[in-house]
Amino acid sequence: MKNVFKSFAVASTIALSASLAWAAGTHPITGEALADDQTFTYRVLDEASSYDPQLLEDVDSSKIARDLFEGLYNQDSQGNLIPGVALSHTVSDDKTVYTFKLRDNAKWSDGKPVTANDFVYAWRRLADPATGSAYQWYINVMGVKNNGPVSDGSMNPSELGVVALDDHTLQVTLEQPLPYFPLTTIHTSAFPTPQWAIEAHGNEWTRPGNIVTNGAYIMTEYVANERSVRERNPMYWNNDDTIIEKVTALVINDENVALTRYMAGELDQTDIPSGQFNRLQQSNPDETVVVPELCTYYYTINLTESGNPALQDVRVRQALSYAIDRDIITKNILQAGQKPAYAFTPEATAGFTPPATPMASLTQAERDAKAKELMAAAGVDGFDLELMYNTSESHKKIAIAISQMWKQKLGVNVTLTNLEWKTYLDARGAQNYQIARAGWCGDYNEASTFLDLVGSESGYNDAKYNNPKVDELLAQAKVSDDTQPIYTEIEQILAQDAPIIPIYQYTANFLMKTNVKGWPYDNVEQNIYSRDLYKVAE
Amino acid sequence: MLNMIIRRTAVALPTLLILVIVTFVLMHAAPGGPFTSEKPLPPQVLANIEAKYGLNEPLYKQIFMYLKGIVTEFDLGPSYVYKDRTVNDIIAQGLPVTLTYGAWVIVVMLAVGVPLGIIAAIKQNTWIDYVAVGFSILADLLPNFIMGPILILIFTLWLGWLPGGGWNGGQWEYMVMPVIALATSYMASITRLTRSSMLEVLRSNFIRTARAKGLPERTIILRHALKPALMPVISYLSPVFVYVITGSFIVDAIFSTGGLGTYFTNAAFNRDYAVMMGVTLLTGGLTILFNLFVDLLYSWIDPQIR
Repeated sequence: MKNVFKSFAVASTIALSASLAWAAGTHPITGEALADDQTFTYRVLDEASSYDPQLLEDVDSSKIARDLFEGLYNQDSQGNLIPGVALSHTVSDDKTVYTFKLRDNAKWSDGKPVTANDFVYAWRRLADPATGSAYQWYINVMGVKNNGPVSDGSMNPSELGVVALDDHTLQVTLEQPLPYFPLTTIHTSAFPTPQWAIEAHGNEWTRPGNIVTNGAYIMTEYVANERSVRERNPMYWNNDDTIIEKVTALVINDENVALTRYMAGELDQTDIPSGQFNRLQQSNPDETVVVPELCTYYYTINLTESGNPALQDVRVRQALSYAIDRDIITKNILQAGQKPAYAFTPEATAGFTPPATPMASLTQAERDAKAKELMAAAGVDGFDLELMYNTSESHKKIAIAISQMWKQKLGVNVTLTNLEWKTYLDARGAQNYQIARAGWCGDYNEASTFLDLVGSESGYNDAKYNNPKVDELLAQAKVSDDTQPIYTEIEQILAQDAPIIPIYQYTANFLMKTNVKGWPYDNVEQNIYSRDLYKVAE
Repeated sequence: MLNMIIRRTAVALPTLLILVIVTFVLMHAAPGGPFTSEKPLPPQVLANIEAKYGLNEPLYKQIFMYLKGIVTEFDLGPSYVYKDRTVNDIIAQGLPVTLTYGAWVIVVMLAVGVPLGIIAAIKQNTWIDYVAVGFSILADLLPNFIMGPILILIFTLWLGWLPGGGWNGGQWEYMVMPVIALATSYMASITRLTRSSMLEVLRSNFIRTARAKGLPERTIILRHALKPALMPVISYLSPVFVYVITGSFIVDAIFSTGGLGTYFTNAAFNRDYAVMMGVTLLTGGLTILFNLFVDLLYSWIDPQIR
C-alpha cells in the first residue's frame, strides 16, 4: 500500500468541489476561467489498430482506450497511482495474493455495474490464445499465476490466477512476489471489457452504437483513416469532474501537413516534424513542449557465431561504445532535447538513478583515448563491420555519424545496411546482423521493463547476451523491496560487457495550444486522461 | 459485342486466379509476418495465434481456404492489424470514397484537358497554344505529393477557405483539394495527347476533303475531327483509372480522405496478408472491368475494331 494513494486526498477534494464550481465556468481547483469551447482535437499518425483494450497494440490506440475504459488504478499528473475502479488493495504475507476492493458506484455506459467479473473476463481473454492478442505477453509481465500454460493453450483460461470473490472484490494470485504489480494494472491490456457486448457484436463491438465503456468517454463517431470522436460518458462514476466535452483524434499521416493544419487552428496538439524543433521553438516558444520519454535508443551487438568475429572481444565492443560522441548525436543531429545515454535504463525511470559507469564521467577526448587504448590492447587495427538499421532518415543520419566516428577514431570500416521494418525485425530476431539499431520503450515505469531484456531467457534479447550473474540479479530484483542497488549492479555489468551500446534517451516533442491545461507533463509515461484536461478562456 | 463481353469475362476469371496465386506467394516470400514486432511473441504463443488465423497451414491449403471463403461466402478474410475490422469492412468503407473522388478526377481531367488540347491544336503556335503547353509542362513538374501540401498551405493556412483534410461524408469543401492534386498531372497528359492527336487528324485527307467541300470549321472539328482525335485519349483512360485508384495513397495520406489508397502501402508494410490480397484482387478486378469498358467504348466509336 505504500505511496499508492499519495494523491488520493487531492482527488477526493476535486470530486467534492467539482460539480459546483464547474457550472460557474471556472476550474474547481485553480479557479481559472474556462473557455466555452471544451473540445480537444489532436493528430494521430495512423489509423488505430483497435479500440479493444486486449487487442490494441499501438500507443495512439492505447491513449484512446485509456479515455474509454478504466482499469483498477489510474495515474495522477505526476504518474502516481490513484484509485480507478479499485479503491484499495491488500497483499498477503507471502506477497503473492493481491485482493482489490472495487468501488460500488462504477458503471458501464449501458448502466450495468462494473464488477470484479469484468476484470476476470478481460484478463482471461488477454491470456487466451484464441483471442490472438499481440499483447498476450503482458499477462506474463503481470506474473499472474498459470499465465504460461494458459497462454500456450495447455491449460484452460479459467485456471488463470484471477477470481472474483464477490462483485466488488477481485483476487489476483501471482506466480511469485512482484513488488510493482499494482503499477502494471494501469496498462490498457489489463482494463475490464464488457463480455455481453463482445458476445453480442463479435469483432464489431467497438463500433459507435455497439461499444460499452466504463471510462470517462464513449466512442460516438469513427471513420477509419479519418477521425474518431469520443464524448463524455454520463454513466462514468466521476463524470461531474470531467471538463472536456469532446475529444477528436484526426488521422494525419503526413507530419508536415499536420503542422500546417495545427497552424491553421484545426488542431490543439500535433507532433513536431523532425528537424523543425529549433525553428518552432523560436517562432512558437510557448507552444513547443519537450518531455522525457521512457525510451532508449541503442545499438545491439550480435554475440553469436553469426556475428562479426572481432566483436567477440569485449574490448572491441567497449571501444566502439567509448568512441561514440553522444553529444554530437543529441545536440547536432537530433536537436530536440534528447539526452545522451550511458546506461540502458533511462534516467526518467521511477526509483532509478543511473550508475556512475566509467564512461559517463569522462570527457569525450578521454573516451576517445580510452577507445584507442582498448583497440590496441585487443590487438585489432581496423576491421570491416556491418551496421543495420530500419529505413528512416533519422536512423540513417545517426548511423552515418557513428560510422564516421568509428572510422576516424578506430579505423573501422563500416558498411551501412538499411532494411524495411519487418525485414529488419526478422533479420535482427534471427541474429542475421553484426550491429543493429534498436529502440526500447518501457511498458511500465520501473527499471525491469528495460533490464529484463538482457536476461538470457528474454525473447527480446537480440544480442543473445548470456551472463548468469545478470540472470541471477534479475531474479533477485523481482522479489526485492530495494531494487536500486541490484539495478545499479546490472547496469555496471552491462557497461563492462557491452552487449548493447546505449546512445540516447528519447524525448517526446509536440506543439500544444496555450489554452489547453491539465496536461500531465510530469508523467514520464505520458499516460493522458482527457478528463484531466481543460481549456481556459483567453 | 455480347460475344466480346462473354469472351472477356471468361478470360478474367483465370487471370484473377493467377493474380491471387502470384500475390499470395510473393507476399509470403517477404521476410517477417503480420505478428513480427519489436516485442516478439514467445514461439508457443505465436504458434497459437497463427493457428487461430490458419497461418500455420501449408501455403497451398491457405490459398485454397482463401479462395473458398471468397467463393462461398464472399469473405475476404480478417485484418491482422486492424483487429476490429475485416477486409470486407475496409473495402466497404474505403472504396466508395476512392471511387467518388476518382470519378471527379476523371471528370475534371477530361472536362479541362480535352477542350484545352483541342483549342491548342486549332490555335497552334499562337499564345493560346503556348499557354496550354506551358501549363501542361508545369503541371507535370508538380507531382501530387508536392502539390497537396502546397494547396493546404494556400487554401487552409493562408486563405482559410478550405478544411485542411478529412472527408466528412464527401462534402465538396473536403473534395476540392484532393481532386485538384490528383487530377492535375493527368489533365496535363490529356491536354498534350489531345493536342497532338488533333493536329494529326486536322492534317489528314478526309479533313482536307471536308474543308474543300466548304464545311464551316466548327462542323469540321466537332463532327469529323473530334471522334478520331479522341481515340488515343480513350485508350489512355484505362491505365489512368488504375493510377487514380492505386496512386490515391498519396492523396489519402496527405488529405486524410479515408480512401483505400493507404492500404496499398500499409498492408504491404504490415504484412497484413488478407488486406493486401483484398486490395490487390479488387484493383485487378476493376482493371479488367475498366479495360473491357474502354474497349467497348472504342468499338462503339470506331466500328472497324469490332
